[in-house]
Amino acid sequence: MKEGLSQETEQSGTAETQSEFAETTDQYKVKLSMFEGPLDLLLYLIRKEEVSIYDIPIARISEQYLEYLRAMEELDIGVAGEFLVMAATLIHIKTQMLLPRDPDAPLEETEDPRNELVYQLLEHQKFKGAANVLHQRAMMEAAAFTRASMDEDTDNPEVAATVFKLFEVFKEVMDRRQAISEMEIVRDEMTMAEKIAEIKLMLNNSAEVSARTLFERARSRREMVLIFLSVLELVKGLAIRLTQSEIFGDIVIVKREAA
Amino acid sequence: MTVDELKPIIESLIYVSEEPISVKQLAALLEGESMDDVQAAADQLTEEFNARAGGLELRQLAGGYRITTRPEFSEYVRRYLKSQPSARLSLAALETLAVIAYKQPITIPEILEIRGVTSTSAIKTLLDRRLIVAKGHKQVVGRPMLYGTSKDFLIHFGLNDLSELPNLEDFEDLMTS
Repeated sequence: MKEGLSQETEQSGTAETQSEFAETTDQYKVKLSMFEGPLDLLLYLIRKEEVSIYDIPIARISEQYLEYLRAMEELDIGVAGEFLVMAATLIHIKTQMLLPRDPDAPLEETEDPRNELVYQLLEHQKFKGAANVLHQRAMMEAAAFTRASMDEDTDNPEVAATVFKLFEVFKEVMDRRQAISEMEIVRDEMTMAEKIAEIKLMLNNSAEVSARTLFERARSRREMVLIFLSVLELVKGLAIRLTQSEIFGDIVIVKREAA
Repeated sequence: MTVDELKPIIESLIYVSEEPISVKQLAALLEGESMDDVQAAADQLTEEFNARAGGLELRQLAGGYRITTRPEFSEYVRRYLKSQPSARLSLAALETLAVIAYKQPITIPEILEIRGVTSTSAIKTLLDRRLIVAKGHKQVVGRPMLYGTSKDFLIHFGLNDLSELPNLEDFEDLMTS
């Protein structure tokens, strides 16, 4: 009987500790998974131990670091490879600091083995701080709204006419091409993205490009269609403008000035 | 036109413009007006507009002028728009973005060197959101791609230009006190 009783108390006792443990485990889990990288964890430990980043007590900090890694593994939090690399680095630094300095080596060569790590930590901290500020700015910006889009002026005859005129040039060159019986069959695998990049490059080199010349230089029907579509895409993306100086004149492609 | 006559015209153009509109663009639309006059009119307009302390403010973003609602009233605006705050960037993405913003143009291996962690998914997110763009290739073996921030980056973070980024050195002494 006595045994039975004590067994009961033992079980209920365990149940209590288990739920307690579960609570703290969750807290630990949340806290530990917040360390996005080994440098974050190190910065946290340095702050927690209230030591100077310029004079890190490597032995103490590495010990703490390894303990955290062990806890993370126990709590089933996946420890990314980078954390293990850092663990190895810390141990390496520790051993380097324990080794006696070579008395024959010139003073300049005996660099503090912690230096590279300190540099990394300082850099990381700077960008972390900057990231935080950026985050706050983004929050502010997200709360500032602009007026809703206005309807595009699709009925504008000027815009519509330019595209139509471009097509006319395209058709004209295409018709002329048909007359030539033999056309070189080129295995042209160029994609639209490449064609767009090519046109942009041409506009970088010369102030304006003649649409007719562009079409005439095409080596296949496919390429002509590609050019046509690319030009339309660039107009839509407001990267270029199409101008025509005379009614049935050539259409000139001009780069649109960025704001 | 006098500066006083220019002000309301500029105000109308800023209102209608989808993207922040620069002084250069304004001057182009106001043919015949000098850049100095346009700039002066824009400056005065900004002062007067914001002095009204209304629900809107006139600011400079990404090198241009833009009218936006004041953040204080976002709650009400959201009610009307029935919109949710857009997805926030993860910490990894933000830190990667910070590295790119300050060190641009920069290659992916260089980013890795600074951050110590691989951030390829963060970079993909930043590219998808058009916060960073490719800016050519570095002229070294392998010709790796160089990245830098975009105009959308400036708008997203409320910056007029890169010089408005917080000073990196300010964050250096967080630990040494």
